[in-house]
Amino acid sequence: MHEFLIGAASVVMAIVALGLLRVLRGPGDADRMMAAQLLGSGGIAALLLVAAGTDRPAVTDVALVLALLAAFASAAFVRHAPGPRPEDIKNT
Amino acid sequence: MTFGRDILTILAVTAGVFFFFAGTVGLLRFPDPLCRLHALTKADNLGLGLIVLGLLPWADGVWGGVKLVGIWLLAQLSGAIVTQMIARAVRHGGEAP
Amino acid sequence: MSAGWVLNSVLAVLVLGVAGAIIAVRTLFAAVVGFVVLGLLLAIVWVRLAAVDVALTEAAIGSGVTGAVLIAAASRLRATEKVSVAEQPGPALRVGAGILSALVAAGLAALVVFAADPAPSLAPAAVAHLVELGVGNPVTAVLLAYRGIDTLLEKMVLLLALLGVWSLAPDMVWGGAPEVSAGAVDGGALALLGRVLPPVGIVVGVYVLWVGATDPGGAFQGGAVIASMWILALMAGLLPAPAIRARWVRRALVAGPAVFLAVGMAGFAWPGGFLSYPAGYAKPLIVAIEAALTFSVVIVLGLLAAGPPHHGPGR
Repeated sequence: MHEFLIGAASVVMAIVALGLLRVLRGPGDADRMMAAQLLGSGGIAALLLVAAGTDRPAVTDVALVLALLAAFASAAFVRHAPGPRPEDIKNT
Repeated sequence: MTFGRDILTILAVTAGVFFFFAGTVGLLRFPDPLCRLHALTKADNLGLGLIVLGLLPWADGVWGGVKLVGIWLLAQLSGAIVTQMIARAVRHGGEAP
Repeated sequence: MSAGWVLNSVLAVLVLGVAGAIIAVRTLFAAVVGFVVLGLLLAIVWVRLAAVDVALTEAAIGSGVTGAVLIAAASRLRATEKVSVAEQPGPALRVGAGILSALVAAGLAALVVFAADPAPSLAPAAVAHLVELGVGNPVTAVLLAYRGIDTLLEKMVLLLALLGVWSLAPDMVWGGAPEVSAGAVDGGALALLGRVLPPVGIVVGVYVLWVGATDPGGAFQGGAVIASMWILALMAGLLPAPAIRARWVRRALVAGPAVFLAVGMAGFAWPGGFLSYPAGYAKPLIVAIEAALTFSVVIVLGLLAAGPPHHGPGR
């Protein structure tokens, strides 16, 4: 079972790698803003699987912190992205 | 009993990984940033939920299980808000798809 | 070929790929996004290397405070970006840099691969004395007991870094407040995130601080998480950026190192000298120091990310 969980974690990270290929390549910053979201959910899944697969409950704390900080990083990306600020445009 | 638990874990985790895969296929293939964002958020969060479900039997006591579900709820909530933010930025930024 | 080996290989390839992507992209924004992604990936790598405390720090700092600082800097540099991108280094310089980097990487790899087996380590000695301290986490013991002087000096270095950032302000706005929330609109999605996330983040940060005594965690990680929540509230315009000459700011910054220093000076009263803890009182003293340090770390990291003052104190 532990081998299965670690194997699932490696499959999840490989899938994240595929997604990152698309996201970091662009073109356009809209895709890049999604990078933190992608790695956030994928990374949390992989960490939770590793925590169960290696019998280390402390790793779920890393997943918890990752959940918070990935959302924060996405907010920072959107806030400072190139292009007109969405808030500058009236009549949204 | 343990056999049933193992089956549940294997099924749920496999389904969760499958949804991650489906979401990433959408991310790679959809033509529009907003479609890609949709695929990314919905499918990945559903995949995460299934994986959390599959890992609940292995959690570290009741509080461990609560922590797992809490992480999933946090990812759901923050994902929903962040997706709105990114979608607005995409819409107003005039980005080429 | 076990599953663990496969996971480690996937992570290694991913880290190398993202590092290559950071160098290859054309815009600063893309490079900073790649850097934050690299930080999050490295957190997972640290977990695989059985260094969970470092993983917590990497996740909290790399995508939190450092990410905020870098992305704000990238947006400030956007006006001159085209000019600086046009000044690309020539091929000879690139080849030279590539060869040097490869040599350094090969040297480090040789150190790791051909190390003595078992590698020399102080870990058994560190773990052996945990019982006397009453602390369960050897990393916390190293940070606050065995090498407390290093942690104290690191906190002072953070203050010096903050002074460096403040010194970038022009004379006439010295003492004023940084500009963090330009154009933020109340009622938007960012404001919602700024209201929803910080309460959760504060609870998680205090939890990480508290659990650091027995499990991976600690003052710096918990403080970095709470600092990121404060930066989020500042970005969303929900809290005003504090003027840097405000008394509470100055006192909060100094509180952590001051408590640490006071406990250290009190150590002269007992055998062992500076920063020694009396037998039986080690754990409460460590907890007190960590609490004060967390508070100061939050203020320091938040102000570091907020940047130099932008408008004068009168406003």
